[in-house]
Amino acid sequence: MEPGEIHALLGENGAGKSTLMNVLYGLYQPDEGEILVDGKPLKLRGPSDAIAAGIGMVHQHFMLVPVFTVAENIMLGAEQVRGGIAGFLDRRRARREVAEVSERYNLRVDPDAVIEDLPVGIQQRVEIVKALTRDVDLLILDEPTAVLTPQETEELLTVMRSLKAAGKSIVFITHKLGEVKAIADRITVIRRGKTVGTASPEASRDELAALMVGRSVRLTVEKSPATPREPMLEVAGLVVDDDRQVRAVDGVDLTVRAGEVLGVAGVQGNGQTELIEAIMGLRPVLAGTVSLAGDRIDGWTTKKVLRAGVGYVPEDRSVDGLVKEFSVAENLVLDIYDRPPFGAGLAIKPDAIAASAKERIEQFDVRTSSADAPVGTLSGGNQQKVIVARELSRPLKLFIAAQPTRGVDVGSIEFIHSRIIRERDIGTAVMVVSSELDEVIGLADRIAVMYRGRIIGIVGPDTPREEIGLLMAGISPDAAPERGAVAAPTDGTATDGGPASDARPASEDEA
Amino acid sequence: MSTMAVPDVAVAAVDEGFWTRNRKVGLVLLALGLLSAVLFGALATDQQARFTLSDDAAGAALEINGTIGAILFGIITIAAGAALLAGVPKRWFLPVLGVGLVAFVLSFLCWQVSAAPTGQNFMPLVNIIRGTFILALPLIFGALAGVLCERSGVVNVAIEGQLLMGAFSGALFGSLSGNVWVGLVAAAIGGAFISLLLAVFAIRYLVDQVVIGIVLNLLAVGVTGFLYERLMQTDATKYNSSPRFGNWNIPLLEDIPVLGPALFRGNIFLYLGLLLVLVIHIGLFRTRWGLRTRSVGEHPTAADTLGVKVLRVRYRNVLLAGVVAGIGGASYTLALYSFTKNMIGGKGFIALAALIFGRWNPTGALLAALFFGFADQLATYLGAINSAIPSQFLAMLPYLATILAVAGLVGRVRAPAADGKPYVKG
Repeated sequence: MEPGEIHALLGENGAGKSTLMNVLYGLYQPDEGEILVDGKPLKLRGPSDAIAAGIGMVHQHFMLVPVFTVAENIMLGAEQVRGGIAGFLDRRRARREVAEVSERYNLRVDPDAVIEDLPVGIQQRVEIVKALTRDVDLLILDEPTAVLTPQETEELLTVMRSLKAAGKSIVFITHKLGEVKAIADRITVIRRGKTVGTASPEASRDELAALMVGRSVRLTVEKSPATPREPMLEVAGLVVDDDRQVRAVDGVDLTVRAGEVLGVAGVQGNGQTELIEAIMGLRPVLAGTVSLAGDRIDGWTTKKVLRAGVGYVPEDRSVDGLVKEFSVAENLVLDIYDRPPFGAGLAIKPDAIAASAKERIEQFDVRTSSADAPVGTLSGGNQQKVIVARELSRPLKLFIAAQPTRGVDVGSIEFIHSRIIRERDIGTAVMVVSSELDEVIGLADRIAVMYRGRIIGIVGPDTPREEIGLLMAGISPDAAPERGAVAAPTDGTATDGGPASDARPASEDEA
Repeated sequence: MSTMAVPDVAVAAVDEGFWTRNRKVGLVLLALGLLSAVLFGALATDQQARFTLSDDAAGAALEINGTIGAILFGIITIAAGAALLAGVPKRWFLPVLGVGLVAFVLSFLCWQVSAAPTGQNFMPLVNIIRGTFILALPLIFGALAGVLCERSGVVNVAIEGQLLMGAFSGALFGSLSGNVWVGLVAAAIGGAFISLLLAVFAIRYLVDQVVIGIVLNLLAVGVTGFLYERLMQTDATKYNSSPRFGNWNIPLLEDIPVLGPALFRGNIFLYLGLLLVLVIHIGLFRTRWGLRTRSVGEHPTAADTLGVKVLRVRYRNVLLAGVVAGIGGASYTLALYSFTKNMIGGKGFIALAALIFGRWNPTGALLAALFFGFADQLATYLGAINSAIPSQFLAMLPYLATILAVAGLVGRVRAPAADGKPYVKG
């Protein structure tokens, strides 16, 4: 690392990027090898050593105490105190420090705001301010854009540029090629725990992707135009609360037709999860209706919904999608273990389960040591393939996939995407929810954007990214096409994956 | 530079409709008020209900005609309920609720005192207040032990055992040495010993904290019970006759009417308990120790990334909790009674309830403990005046209130986020 450099660390999920950085931050101990800072080897016994050596880190999952104020979070671990051993907190000084750093790097935060009330973009800013108050020279940003809207991402890139101008070095961990090309001075690609190459930002996206996965991959989803038929899923006036009894879905109307993919875009936490859980019967419907092929299914149990021909890939596979301790074969029949040929009466038939597992492992290219291996020992991508294999092995009317490729390597993404499109082509209605805008744009025939529990707009897949980004931030342009319209105005800057233009005043509190 | 967004604190507003929680509480209060005005008013007699400002019937007293008092205070409760029903600003909610509930209790007392047998139509306030604090004292220490532990993320179900072990070792070593201070130190160590076991199993070996807490309670009952039978019962003069702390009158403060004789002629444990509430409250919210403790209880990973030693903070707090609870146990054996088998008798679990009722705050825990103590004391008083109401019924009420509180009816009860979750790196 050079001073004043933005160094991107690029790699698939599970390639070892975060592990490497956690070692650098002193959270994990290296088994071998050493870390050099200013030419001197450094032994890090814990994060405090790293901080002392001028290394700061913004973690993928924010390391902020939700019930503390901004100032409390920032001073934690490096408290200014008065009163000797009593150690009274000097809050005024902490506030002043926050204000100074905010001022210097133009990162505005309110020191007295409570973290859990702040939007994620601001929380991330707090994390950066926290690192800067500790006088770091090297800042590690671990997947910082995963939870941001395109506008917030653009702001973050601006902040990174100004930090660079102030002489700070930044390690930017990501798997998003567009951002890397936009900001990095130097790129190191990691695969399976090894450095496989360095590149300059001038390298093409395809070259970088090939380095990441070790072979060339298609970045776009190949598909023919959809042939939508009759409406399959109809949602009208749906109202759902989240776990805290706060309204999460607030009057959603949606139609998914047989033979089309409806993509649901939006920043996480805008009601997508609750919408899908309500459709699946996992969450009570407070008002409105859900119909499948004309039958009202709201109020049905989840089992009944599944049996009616709905396939479901939940967004958190390790919690909701799989029983990690069960074998691959067992996980493959979780939905139909009690039906022939797998079950008869009170018994299950291990032979039939094993035979079917073998077949599907082959069909869906699940890389596992054996069908009897606990599914938790598989990589993320292969776990996801197990779920997809299970859900697509029944005749479906509707297939709902939530974050189908989160934490999945590029190779598996490609495979899962092609299976989703194949399902569409045989006439299933498909609904894909993803916080990856590229994924939604790539798969969907129509894109519904959710914001604060409502569908704020439905647009075609060739809509410019910036326009969708604005919708995701809750800004509905007057020119937004009516619902159901497929065509949208294109202004030529469309889908090349680059960050949104800086020209628009981006602000998350306009809505 | 692009436009920087101003922090957006707006949270999606929740549309609760007309029947907000506050309004529902108001409705209940209104019903209580009607009950007291009508029923208590009808049952009260025209005797004067006297609330004497002393230990007995003598001296100055607040007096009111029983029927008038019961109806008057009932009407105040009705008014408070109606105010909540009509809708009051958020910050007025608790004060109005408090006034309504106190008026309800007063209405009840007007009935009870006026209906007592002739010659006993008085309630000695000094006596009642002092009794409330004495009964609340082990709860205060126990709940503070809970605060210390749980704010750092370790569930403390072992309060009962810590109190018991403190009471036992205080009695034993106080007797052996013939010195109360030695007994006090031994009590603290005894409590800390149970805490040490809790800490090692919960933090080091990741045993389920509720399970280990319950087991430690049983262990404490078993060990102290065994030693009590073997040592204390065979030779009580040697092993179970500890000297006791006397009452210390605090100059000036003891001359305050009512409160002086009730609170400032007490023993060291009373002063220590109240002082600890204050110290721990300030400590938790104003000092580095408190900030780190709370961060470890809420988000240990975040604390770790900032160089806070999570496990060390937890060990320290759990041990401190044992010291506090141990001293609480000694408030029995070094001030009031000799040690008897299982003498804590469930107070540790009630302290746990006070901790939750008090929302994991030292001051909240104090108020909850006093509430429980008052109910206990009132039950005793009603027994003494031959009340028509079975004292067991009254003794039951605080726990009913706790269940309602924990169920979230008196506001959101939120434990520290990492409470009960062991911290493992990575």
